[in-house]
Order: sequence, then C-alpha cells, then structure tokens
Amino acid sequence: MTAPVAERQREGLHAPTARSWRTLLQPAIILAAGLAWMVYIETSSLDSIESRVLAPGYVATKTWEHVQLTLVSTLLVLAIAVPLGVALSRRWARRAAPVVLAFANIGQSAPAIGVVVLLAVLWGVGFWTAIVALVAYGVLPALRNTMVGLRQVDPSLTDAARGIGMPPVTVLRRVELPLAAPVILAGIRTTLVLMVGTASIASFINGGGLGDLVTTGVTTQRTPVLLTGCVLIALLALLIDWLGGVAARLLAPKGL
Amino acid sequence: MTDAETGSSGIEMINVTKRFPGLSAPAVDDVTLTFPGGEIVVLLGPSGSGKTTTMRLINRLEEPTSGKIVVAGRDALSLDPTELRRHIGYVIQDAGLFPHMTVAANIGLVPKMLKWDKQRISDRVDELLDLVDLPPATFRDRYPRALSGGQRQRVGVARALAADPPVLLMDEPFGALDPLTREHLQDSLLALQERLRKTIVFVTHDIDEALKIGDRIAVLDKGSRIAQYGTPQEILLNPADDYVEQFLGGTSAMRLLTFGRVADVPLEQVVSARPGDDAAELRATLREDGRCGVVLEDGDRPRRWITADELTGVTGPVGERGSPTAPPIRAHDTLQRALEALIQVDRDRVPVVSASGAYRGTVTLATVQAAVRGMRDEADA
Repeated sequence: MTAPVAERQREGLHAPTARSWRTLLQPAIILAAGLAWMVYIETSSLDSIESRVLAPGYVATKTWEHVQLTLVSTLLVLAIAVPLGVALSRRWARRAAPVVLAFANIGQSAPAIGVVVLLAVLWGVGFWTAIVALVAYGVLPALRNTMVGLRQVDPSLTDAARGIGMPPVTVLRRVELPLAAPVILAGIRTTLVLMVGTASIASFINGGGLGDLVTTGVTTQRTPVLLTGCVLIALLALLIDWLGGVAARLLAPKGL
Repeated sequence: MTDAETGSSGIEMINVTKRFPGLSAPAVDDVTLTFPGGEIVVLLGPSGSGKTTTMRLINRLEEPTSGKIVVAGRDALSLDPTELRRHIGYVIQDAGLFPHMTVAANIGLVPKMLKWDKQRISDRVDELLDLVDLPPATFRDRYPRALSGGQRQRVGVARALAADPPVLLMDEPFGALDPLTREHLQDSLLALQERLRKTIVFVTHDIDEALKIGDRIAVLDKGSRIAQYGTPQEILLNPADDYVEQFLGGTSAMRLLTFGRVADVPLEQVVSARPGDDAAELRATLREDGRCGVVLEDGDRPRRWITADELTGVTGPVGERGSPTAPPIRAHDTLQRALEALIQVDRDRVPVVSASGAYRGTVTLATVQAAVRGMRDEADA
C-alpha cells in the first residue's frame, strides 16, 4: 500500500501547521523584539520631550489606534471589494468590470498622502477621514484578487454544478467562492499589510496611530522617538502578515 | 411517437433549433430525435457538429431558440431548469468533481438539494459506491485529488445516479482516460445499464466507443443534421450517405465482425476421432474426406489435427499422432475474435468449443466471409 503513505506525506506538506511550535515561533520573536526595543528605550537616558512621548501608556495608545485604523479600513475594504468583485465576475456585469477597475486603479495610483490631505481639506481632519483615504487606497488589490480568484475557477466545474441542478446562488456559495478562497484570502492578507504601512499617514490629518511617533520624532529631531515609531510599525506589519497567513491556511478549503 | 412507444422515461426533441447570438449558422438546426426509454443513444459526430449542444438542450444548460423537448413525459421547457436538472443525471469529461468536497459530499449533493435526511443520504452514498465498484470504507472520505482518473469518473457516474434519475446525460465521459481504463469503464457502464435500464444520452466522437456502447447511434453532421439514426448494425451495413461512410472510415466490415457471434454462424464439421480409434479405418475416412480430422480427448476437448498422410502404415489405435491444435475459440466469442485467431495460426481452421470446452466444429476464413455476406444480405432484404 504505497498510495496512502504518499497521500499522508502530501497531506503533511499542505496541512495547516498552526498546532506546531514553528508557527508560534515567528510571532514570539516579533513580540520579543518589540518588548526588547521598549525596554531598551525606557532604560536609556531620555530628555523631557522623549520621555513624555515614549511613556509606555502613550505608545500603547498609539499602537492601539494604529491597529484600529488597520482593522477598520481592512474590514471596509473587504465589505466593498469582495461583493463588488463577485458582482463584476457575473456574466451580466462583464462589461462594467473595466470601468470599475479603472476607478480602483486611480484610487491606488494616486499618492495616498495627497489623497489624505485633499480629503482633510474637504471633510476636515480625524479618524474617519483617514479611514476613507485608506479604503480608497486599498480597494484595488482586494478587488482584483476576488475577480481573478473567481475567474480562475474551472468553467467545467461551474458547468457541472449547474448541470446537477444547483441554482446560481448555490453555485456561487458552494463552488465558486470556496474554489476562489485561496486567492481571495491572499488578497485580504495583502490588504492588511498594505493598511498597516499606509495607516502611518493618518497622523498628518490628526487621525492618530504610530505615525504620530514618526512625525513627532522628525519635527522635534528626536531620533529615539522616530525609530520607535518605525520599529513598531514594521513589527506590527510582520505580526499582522503572520496572522493573515495563519488565517489563509485555516480558512482555505481542504482538498485543493 | 406516442408516450407508449418511447416509454415513460424516454426523451423527445421536436423541431429543436439553437442559435447562438452573433453566429449566422444555427448550432442545432431543426432537430427531431426520439430517445427510447431504457436505451443508450449515442450522439456521434466530429467536433463542431453540435452534438454536445444538442445534449445540453435536454437539461437546458442551453436554452433552445425554438422547438419542443419532452423528458420522461414532461415538457422540459415549462419546468424550472434547476428542478429539471435534479432529475437528469449529468456526467462530463474529467468527471467535474468538486475538489474541495469529499467523494461522499460530491455524491450526496443532489440528494441534499432534494432535502433527503442525513442517514438516507449516507446510505445512498455507500450503495452507489458499491455499485461503481469503489469500496465505501476506502473512498467515501477521500478528496478527488487522491483518486485516479478512472476512479474519479466512477464517482462522477455515482453522483449522476444519486437521486435515481430516469435519464442520464454523458458528455464524452471517458474521453480523457487511457485506452485500458476507458475500455474497462465502458464495460462497467454496460453492466450497470443491464441492471438500471436508464435512458442514456451519450456524446462521443469515437466510433468504436459508439458501436460498443450504443443501442442506437445518431450520426451528426454540421448543425446537428442527423445523417443517420439507427442501430450499430444498421449503420455499419447500410451507411445512409457518403458522410456516414466517410465517418466509418472504410473498415465497417471489420467492425461488423464484432456484432456476430461464432455460435450464430454455421460451423464447418470435420471428421472427429478418439485416440483409441483404429488408425487404418480413420485413414480411409480422411482420405475420402480430403481434409484433416480432429482428435478429441477427455470430455470432447479438441487436442490434435490429424491427416491421412500422418496415419500411413500405422496399424492399431490412432494414439498420440497428429499436430496440436491452436487454443480453441468459444462459441460466444465474436467473429472478430475468430478472425484474429485464424490470422495467427498456421492452419486454415480453428476449433470451436462450447462454454464447457466440448468440441462444436471449426471455423475457417470462408466461414467468416459467409457470415459477413449473410449479414449484408439480411440488411438488404
């Protein structure tokens, strides 16, 4: 019986490794690095401006704001991009796809910093204006991945699904979306990482987040503050990318 | 045709036309075709002849532009298409199994949509896996990726049969398989059909597959023009036109031989003897007959050919003299098998035995020729 053995080995290669210690090694290293950096900063000699801005409570607040910016904008991006991607991949909407993609392209190619300032002029400063700018910036990758994911589903499978009597909604739910899931999930992961980085610009329009540390560091010429902002943003991006990877593996349907 | 003639599970297409937008020539042009209940009808034609489109009109994966389609006594065009499809099995090339569902989930899809309860679905899945020769314990929880092409297609057939539909549509189901597996699955399908008696519409471009599988064959030309509709023998014996003849490829006599059984043709009888018979007596009989004789041993089994020359000067019993015969062919073998045997031996005849191995007579090339002539005469009459 060689087949089951080969099968088991193959399963082993693809199985979600969430349970193994290796998966948890990466986030542990990221958290340890963040903690080490904070301990190093807090124990080094700081002047009054630095110690005020780098107080653990303040940094924690800014980090939490950053996480909020990232998650809220990502959720909104998904709420817009996934249904839109599904709609645009329907046969009756094929003609509209290039137009919508062109708009999404504009959103992505316009410099985020310009958009955020422009929106602030129009709607005033704050958290939600930053969110709108982030969403405009992040829709394209998620939208494109949803469309590509659905488009690469083998047409003979959707044909078979219709042929055995699935109504169109069921074909979408039981066949097309599960088969497109790996690509869609990859798009979500990309969006998350994109949002972590871009959320830094929220500080320009008083939207909060770790960008505040960076701008404060630059304007007051305090390198430790600037570096702390940069290091934490980078570590947060790595951590969220890891989370996205784990989610993608756990949520992707088995058997693919 | 009336309902009584087609049987309650038959399909009728009446003046059906399908035009695709943007194409001037219709893909299916005014086709009228009756698929009798419980039979396998093969739609045979080259690619582009519209055979697949014709089939897809039946379960309305393509909507006909005009015409009428009756499936199992009901007007297909007045039914809800998804409801209609749940009562028509559908098998495609490469099986079309959903890779993210186990074998059991794939097979249980239609019963689930028909709201069967869990236990009944599970029982049905096991029953169907047994039916297609895949042990349920091994296969029900596997994903399609872990199956061979032939196994996948068996699951595909099981899925199509799940809700016990009266009608089965098969679109080149064995087209992507290797010749050995294909042959094997064709045999399985025929064995299955023996028991189930479904109305099967089978699309293929492979003439040998069509002749083997079909109770009837519709040979299609461009625009689904039905060049000929008849039993395999009728089509081989009397090709309706040049197109059909061309499609058969000029080897129809060879193919015809697969439809004749050795048991159905008059066998040539030669002198038979036993090892204990008197040699001189046998020599005289053989001399008079002019052909060779056959020596039978234990239970009438043909063992050796014997000629008068080999018995010259021998007194007493025949004994072990003579030259061994080729392995005999059986009465239920096809004439094609008989011809194959004749070509391979160095004699001009091969012994024929019954199922129990007892000698029945011999076949020669002349026997085969006479059989083909007989079939043609019968068709012309």
